[in-house]
Amino acid sequence: MEVSGRVWKFGDNVDTDLIIPGHYLTIHDPEELGKHCMEALDPEFASKVKPGDIVVAGHNFGCGSSREHAPLSLKSCGLGAVVAVSFARIFFRNAINIGLLVLECEEAYHRTNPGDEMLVQPELGVIKNLTTGEEFRAAPYPPLVAGIVQAGGLVPYVQMRLKAQDR
Amino acid sequence: MGMTITEKILAAHAGKQKVSPGEIVQVRPDLVMTNDISGPIAVDVFNRMGADRVFDPDKVVVVLDHFTPNKDMQAARTSSKMREFARSQALTHFYDAGFGIEHVVLPELGLVKPGDIVIGGDSHTVTYGGIGAFATGVGSTDIAGAMAMGEIWLKVPETIRFEFTGKPSHWIGGKDLILLAIGEIGVSGALYCAMEFGGEAVENLDMDGRFTMCNMAIEAGGKSGIVEPDEKTLAWLKEIGLDVSREDVMAFRSDEDCEYKSVITFDVSELEPQVAVPHLPSNAKPVSQLKDVEIHQVVIGSCTNGRISDLRAAAEILRGRKVHRWVRALIVPGSQRVFKQALDEGLIDVFVEAGAIVTAPTCGPCFGGHTGVLDKGERCVSTTNRNFLGRMGHEKSEVYLSGPQVAAASAIAGRLAHPEEV
Repeated sequence: MEVSGRVWKFGDNVDTDLIIPGHYLTIHDPEELGKHCMEALDPEFASKVKPGDIVVAGHNFGCGSSREHAPLSLKSCGLGAVVAVSFARIFFRNAINIGLLVLECEEAYHRTNPGDEMLVQPELGVIKNLTTGEEFRAAPYPPLVAGIVQAGGLVPYVQMRLKAQDR
Repeated sequence: MGMTITEKILAAHAGKQKVSPGEIVQVRPDLVMTNDISGPIAVDVFNRMGADRVFDPDKVVVVLDHFTPNKDMQAARTSSKMREFARSQALTHFYDAGFGIEHVVLPELGLVKPGDIVIGGDSHTVTYGGIGAFATGVGSTDIAGAMAMGEIWLKVPETIRFEFTGKPSHWIGGKDLILLAIGEIGVSGALYCAMEFGGEAVENLDMDGRFTMCNMAIEAGGKSGIVEPDEKTLAWLKEIGLDVSREDVMAFRSDEDCEYKSVITFDVSELEPQVAVPHLPSNAKPVSQLKDVEIHQVVIGSCTNGRISDLRAAAEILRGRKVHRWVRALIVPGSQRVFKQALDEGLIDVFVEAGAIVTAPTCGPCFGGHTGVLDKGERCVSTTNRNFLGRMGHEKSEVYLSGPQVAAASAIAGRLAHPEEV
């Protein structure tokens, strides 16, 4: 699996209220949530994102609330991955659980501009800036997290374990 | 090498003698909690996982508190969905609209004990660290997995110890201490870490103040906040009717030779009330620097500061005074129990006579969900936990976070004010 697209760049501490504000939280349909993604920062963000595009951000991406609506809205507006210097822990877990690709890489943040073309190869932990030709290494996942990513998220992972229990 | 209280609790729930930071463990939580925001998605995911029954109907708690009392038809549907789930799963602990805010309700019902692990579908689940429990927030899919399996993976966090020394003034509460700490380390200063609060000023705090401190650990990126249980914890647990022994309550405390990532010490004897200015909870300033800031609304309540001590502190200032003509002051008791106690103590009279609005217990105002949503250009002093851009309404509105004393004084003054000014 690999993902490639244009880079959308954000700074530090992009909180979940910015990703999807509280008043939308009665919505549970991912498609509908996707339409409002990042709306406070850029009202046209969701309509401009193309499938496979990548958010590159600074420290503490996804800080704040535990709302899974946030990674759901990023995923369903078409984003292929989020690359950040660091993630808030609940957001990181949520993204892994729903199968939104999230990678930690400080260098990629400092050496990427908005609009650059980027390629992410999660199995190899490789992030390439195709515009500049530079290549970066993402921080590896702990084995258990890598297992959930490989399974395609927590749903298939738990399905597997529940079946094993039945046997 | 000894262990921190957090490491001890995780080890006990993972069936291990010892755990170390960085290690990933599977633990069996004592409670799994969800609400009307994380719950509806969790129920869908639970079904998709092929789960049929929750792991233990006594250990899964549902509280409808965010869009309740139902804000609109969508919220009504959401509430119904959670009600149906609670009934079909025969959950022992289901608390419907208006019963109270989850993080106020669970401790006051005695559902959380020192040394417990609580996994909640809400980032402010960290609140229960005030009793000496390990409690952390997760999203809907993790809640679904935990409801199905009765198990969850956790990385053992490093612990940062925060020591608060000195005896602060009458106007200082748990909120001021935690805003000071977040201001010092920043909104990602405790990322993935357990925040352990101690020292004379924390020992002197009542349980409500300790809940306030632990509640905001997440605003520094913390995985959990915790205060080691002591005589106050024991007395409080007995007061709410739990039959606990001293040995059980004191069983989990940090060893003298445990390893902290760092120890940060604050002398708070001269501390001024703190206010976090827009748009990060780490923007803490002494209130005296902010006296020119005119305000339009005040909110006193939430899982951070909606307990009886908070209402008493607000009433002490509002008694016999009037809310400023151009300010709306919302008082939101954290639970029906808090509401009843405030009623019995005459605090509700004080609020109504001052011209404040007393509402049903709800999370509504804190996250811009409903009740007190801000218009463009409006400023609110709020005892809640987040002042992110657009948090309480319009993206051009502003939220100033404070404790209940500053909020009450500001409601009277029509601008940010020190309680001594009114």
